[in-house]
Amino acid sequence: MIPSNVYRTPRWLAVSLLSAAVATPVLAQEDPIKVGILHSLSGTMAISETVLKDTVEMLIEQQNAEGGLLGRQLEAVVVDPASDWPLFAEKARELLAQEEVDVIFGNWTSVSRKSVLPVVEELNGLLFYPVQYEGEESSENVFYTGAAPNQQAIPAVNYLMNNVGVERWVLAGTDYVYPRTTNKILDAYLKSHGVADEDIMISYTPFGHSDWQNIVSDIKEFGSQGKKTAVVSTINGDANVPFYRELGNQGINAADIPVVAFSVGEEELTGIDTAPLVGHLAAWNYFMSVDTDENYDFIDAWIEYTGDDMAVTNDPMEAHYIGFNMWTEAVKKAGTTDVDAVKDAIIGVTVPNLTGGYAAMMPNHHITKPVLIGEIQDNGQFSIVWETPSTVAGDAWSDYLEGSRDLISDWRKPMECGNYNVVEGSCGGSEAEVE
Amino acid sequence: MWMIRAFLPGVWLLCLLLGLALMAQAQEETGQGQALLESLDSPSYDAKAEAIEAIIVSGDERSRRWLDELLGGKLQRHKDTGRFVIVLENRGRNWPVIDALTLEDAGEMSRRDLDGIGINNALRGQLQSALAMLDLYTDDVDDRRDAARELLGSVDAPMVEPLGEVIANEDDAEVRRLLDQALAIHRLDEGDIDAIAELAGSLNSRVRAALNSATRSDDPLVADAASAALADIEQKLRLNSGLETLYFGLSLGSVLVLAAIGLAITFGVMGVINMAHGELIMLGAYTTWAMQQLLPGQPGLALVLSIPAGFLVAALAGIAIERSVIQFLKGRPLETLLATFGVSLILQQLVRTVISPQNRTVVSPDWMSGSLMINEGLSLTLNRLFVLGFALVVFACLMLVMRRTRLGLEVRAVTQNRAMARSMGIRATRVDIMTFALGSGVAGLAGVALSQLTNVGPNLGQNYIIDSFMVVVFGGVGNLWGTLVAGLSLGVINQVLEPWAGAVLAKIIVLVFIILFIQKRPRGLFPQKGRAAEG
Repeated sequence: MIPSNVYRTPRWLAVSLLSAAVATPVLAQEDPIKVGILHSLSGTMAISETVLKDTVEMLIEQQNAEGGLLGRQLEAVVVDPASDWPLFAEKARELLAQEEVDVIFGNWTSVSRKSVLPVVEELNGLLFYPVQYEGEESSENVFYTGAAPNQQAIPAVNYLMNNVGVERWVLAGTDYVYPRTTNKILDAYLKSHGVADEDIMISYTPFGHSDWQNIVSDIKEFGSQGKKTAVVSTINGDANVPFYRELGNQGINAADIPVVAFSVGEEELTGIDTAPLVGHLAAWNYFMSVDTDENYDFIDAWIEYTGDDMAVTNDPMEAHYIGFNMWTEAVKKAGTTDVDAVKDAIIGVTVPNLTGGYAAMMPNHHITKPVLIGEIQDNGQFSIVWETPSTVAGDAWSDYLEGSRDLISDWRKPMECGNYNVVEGSCGGSEAEVE
Repeated sequence: MWMIRAFLPGVWLLCLLLGLALMAQAQEETGQGQALLESLDSPSYDAKAEAIEAIIVSGDERSRRWLDELLGGKLQRHKDTGRFVIVLENRGRNWPVIDALTLEDAGEMSRRDLDGIGINNALRGQLQSALAMLDLYTDDVDDRRDAARELLGSVDAPMVEPLGEVIANEDDAEVRRLLDQALAIHRLDEGDIDAIAELAGSLNSRVRAALNSATRSDDPLVADAASAALADIEQKLRLNSGLETLYFGLSLGSVLVLAAIGLAITFGVMGVINMAHGELIMLGAYTTWAMQQLLPGQPGLALVLSIPAGFLVAALAGIAIERSVIQFLKGRPLETLLATFGVSLILQQLVRTVISPQNRTVVSPDWMSGSLMINEGLSLTLNRLFVLGFALVVFACLMLVMRRTRLGLEVRAVTQNRAMARSMGIRATRVDIMTFALGSGVAGLAGVALSQLTNVGPNLGQNYIIDSFMVVVFGGVGNLWGTLVAGLSLGVINQVLEPWAGAVLAKIIVLVFIILFIQKRPRGLFPQKGRAAEG
């Protein structure tokens, strides 16, 4: 094990290197700009992450076809962290210290992001994280282009409460950090809206759970109490297929007990026979069925890139699309790929999203997104039944959790703090834990 | 039959059926049809609900088709021309369509140009009860029963009178009973206390939902009566829920038995620790997927053919593993474990690279979807029932092979005393290959069955390997009966624990239990006795 401070570049050195780079742009034109891609291509998460690697590669190809960036070509550096959380940190170190990439697009699970976080902060890298997550984090070096809980979970629950009239809630999730935090936020949110304790059922299952008989039967029983019941599902990945299958077989249809899922997208539905699922819901910030020209162009480009006529697009892909375009805009604005300059330039950058609006990078390193609710169709697509009237800005620290309520994140000068406590008037540092 | 009924009075239903009788006239009213569909194409769901009502009342002969297609999301509109079409197949980029008004072929349209007429769950409920109302007039008794069941809890005031007519003319007692209950639920919602007597004793979950909401009624008499009726029902349900848990347990157990029984041969009988066992299961599941790709549109036939195919594919893979790795590591369990673990990783990544890292869709045939209703409160899911039966059949066949065939005899001889068996003229190497192929083939069969329960993806096998070893060790190494009993009992224990301990804790408790049990009886439930035990 090499002591980590060997890799640390002194700040004065970084600054002088930066000025050298600015002073001699002619030299820099020779080398390509390196873009690191940190997505699992093997192991359990390959199912979700492989397409994200392809997406970034496609975006790089498109950018190069348009003449590159700052007159330089982009070059993808792909590593495979193999769904192994500690390996994510090692691979991130490899990307930043050995390959000296200018930016990293990567990660899916929160645990992998947490493992990469100290490396990216130590080596002062840039990481674009494209997946919806539990919030309660803000790092100077990470840009969260996926949804925070207030951009997905809370609006979905509002929809069920106000438009569907749901009074009883099942919060079902896989047993790890994202469902646990999200359910904690939802539990507090529901109770603050007058939902009684006995009208909330929380159930956790292990990763890859495949025997859902008892839980589905419990949900059925819970739903037969004469009040409209809905399931809010943070069930992750593979476990969804047998869950939905069991729902269908036990005769629970969406008109009786709708299930709204936060982790089921077009990609996951390609592995399921969707006929029994018609009408169950998902909340995302993008659906492949969104009816805009930008989206059709993106889909056509993706189909052409993959060569698969049935290829589907999904929400995290759109997040990478937005993140990539934001980064290129910021690099153009800063006139350099230097991390500190890009980090400052990117706040406030606004680029089109695929749903016909714009996404802006907020000072807390989260972006603005519309929230869409879609119902599953028999062709594995979603039909959009509801959307927020305007975009919602991501909130790093939930307003519904004790301790996180008073925190704000603002990475602009002079505050430059990821968790500023407005009550105490002090910055807790970006590593502070909330509990 | 329905012609007679059509002339009976009834509010909107009458109009609809009159319309059905007057087909010819309606056909000329294309303009009216266009107007009806126009009103459906509105951004507001309330307006859509009214438009659906209008379509039902219009009595247009195409309305049934429109409502069906609307429910399926296939009724769409061309963005530029405003033409209404019905999409026949909505996968890919260009979709074949027919004209919604003339129902004639309209070629193919790009999905980019089509706008679906979206519905939400509220509208879906409305459509389903409207269609159920129509289905009450079909000739098929089962369809009528399903329709009547669908109407439980969704009867509203305008439907009461036509439903009364239907009940009066219905021959089937079950349909009459269900419709009476549907009406009683409606009356209970209106606050009629007599309705409770009619609903008492029913195990149907929608009846219970109605009674539950009646317990919160403002009228204390209604509330009390509803609570009393519910208490009575809960009593009856207790037996049901016991049976249900037992079924859940046996079903989980049968999955464990299927996954483990192949291992009981390769590990139990031959003593080979095969960590790639899970991947052999995965190969069986992928065979089912491949079969369904070869026979599109016939998932049932494909599934039946997958049984021999899955066995063969996994058996051949097993032979390959045995010849290339395991035979060189005989008697070195640690090396075998590591080498076969490597093989399992290779197989997983092979599937990821060659096929896809994504899960593959395996369709369930119709006869395996849904559930078998024992009574109103207890139904058994069909896919799991089939898997339970399949597990028992596989087990019986395996017992037959091991006990009654020459191969079984030789296998037992070789495993008990290799040298002696060889001196009796048994070709031990050949027996090794055959045994390993048999165990692997059975793993393939497990994969075929699991494709109906869980995802077919590269990680399928990993999820079952630990469970499989657990069952074999618990049951007693080398004993097929032990595997059966161990699998089924672990399944039942798990499902009994799950409701009060939660899924995560239940799994842990079962593991702790097995560890303690193995401490006490290291050779499992059914230890081998006699000379075989020393070998």
